[in-house]
Amino acid sequence: MNWFTKAITSTIGRKIVVAFTGLFLCLFLVVHLLGNLQLLANDGGKSFNLYAKFMTTSPIIQTISIGNFVFILLHIIQSTILTIKNRQARPVGYAIVENRSTWASRNMGFLGSFILLFLVGHLANFWWKMKFGEMPIIGIDGMQVKDLYFVVSEAFKDPLIVGLYVFSMVFIGLHLSHGFQSAFQTFGLHHVKYTPLIQFIGWVFCIVVPLGYAIIPVVMYLRAL
Amino acid sequence: MNLTLKVWRQKNANSKGEFKTYHVKDISPDMSFLEMFDVLNEELLLKGEDPIAFDHDCREGICGMCSMYINGHPHGPGQTTTCQLHMRSFKDGDTIVVEPWRAKAFPVVKDLVVDRSAFDRIIQAGGYISVNTGNAPDANEIPIPKEVADAAFNAATCIGCGACVAACKNASAMLFVAAKVAQFAMLPQGQVERKKRVEQMVAQMDAEGFGACTNTGACAAECPKEISLANIAILNREYLAAKATSEYV
Ligand code: HEM
Ligand code: SF4
Ligand code: FES
Repeated sequence: MNWFTKAITSTIGRKIVVAFTGLFLCLFLVVHLLGNLQLLANDGGKSFNLYAKFMTTSPIIQTISIGNFVFILLHIIQSTILTIKNRQARPVGYAIVENRSTWASRNMGFLGSFILLFLVGHLANFWWKMKFGEMPIIGIDGMQVKDLYFVVSEAFKDPLIVGLYVFSMVFIGLHLSHGFQSAFQTFGLHHVKYTPLIQFIGWVFCIVVPLGYAIIPVVMYLRAL
Repeated sequence: MNLTLKVWRQKNANSKGEFKTYHVKDISPDMSFLEMFDVLNEELLLKGEDPIAFDHDCREGICGMCSMYINGHPHGPGQTTTCQLHMRSFKDGDTIVVEPWRAKAFPVVKDLVVDRSAFDRIIQAGGYISVNTGNAPDANEIPIPKEVADAAFNAATCIGCGACVAACKNASAMLFVAAKVAQFAMLPQGQVERKKRVEQMVAQMDAEGFGACTNTGACAAECPKEISLANIAILNREYLAAKATSEYV
């Protein structure tokens, strides 16, 4: 193995990859949320559909989205390997364990696996349809545009889907309640001046972002009633 | 005090092992946990039974030998070593469960004794500085700011007990390795081998089969010497910097 593969397959190296990709995914969550909030614009889906068209056709966005998929994959592969190795490091467990750590920090693998399930369903529901499926077409300002707004608002008429989305956001929030600040520690950033700030931002982030996502299906469901 | 003990008994590294229940009577609350074990072992010897094997040496909280996982915590409740844990931390009639450290890299030798030579091999891999011995150098010959000296000293107080490994859900040795790496990285004397040290110690840590760090903080919460998580951040950035810039490939 050369020095680089040695570095990124060491325990610390793998963690640095998980942290880097994890923080990138946090950035993605913010951008994705800002776009999705246009679902609430109350203009029959005009601004959301234009946004969706831009996102699926712009070459820059296409490139970034490939990077995004690669990063998710790297995050999943490295964190899964770590989780398996961490289990193997204690073949015989204790009869009694009293923990002095947060539940989320001990269950990142479980939380991540649930997020992965959600992600698969979510992509199949909207992204796959938009890219490859049969879509209704709508005319906006003389342009023929795929009506993703219609597909989304139909999906969010089902209280089961709405419930599932809200529920999944709780898992993302918990994953980030530990993950956000943990990533900075992994990079080696621990400082009397900055760590409290990072922790504060982490708490705000893990509440506000999932809440923002959860509001969308709930509001759309209530509006359609 | 009268207590019920459930202690892990295991003949040798290859046997299966199981919990055995013992009752101890008239224990003074001023006894240390190890002294309570001495009392029990005397009784076992009188009965012709095999006494419980456990590690101990200094009995004053500085050697790090007294490894026991007591009621779900390394070294029991409170943040101290087992030899400094007193029976007044328990209530009369309590049931106390005592297990060995559990980690692939710390195999059980007998009963509560585990083999911690993995730590020695990590130290051998780079936890040292190369200097000419001989006459003791003058104190304060090399100027070191007080804050730096204090931080390095705090890291150096790690006694290599392994409670961090025992407490971590991943059986990770990161806090131990971090303390050793940080201590030298902060001081001028540690600069010569700085990059090589962190690369080799982490490689050895991985080879021994310790888990990775998930930053749960369980280690620092149980460490009897209160080694802080800041050291793990130092280890992470020392490793990253060394991997990116060292001449070793
Ligand atoms: C929205 C998507 C996701 C985001 C924003 C995200 C973010 C993060 C962040 C910031 C960390 C902290 C890195 C560190 O501790 O240094 C992390 C850790 C982790 N993630 Fe994710 N993650 C996401 C999805 C997933 C998925 C789909 C999985 C897996 C199957 C996963 C599994 C893990 C695991 C196991 C860890 C902990 C690794 C360890 O410390 O041992 N994550 N994540
Ligand atoms: S870091 Fe603390 S718990 Fe770990 S070996 Fe050193 S003294 Fe023991
Ligand atoms: S016996 Fe030395 S620290 Fe407990």
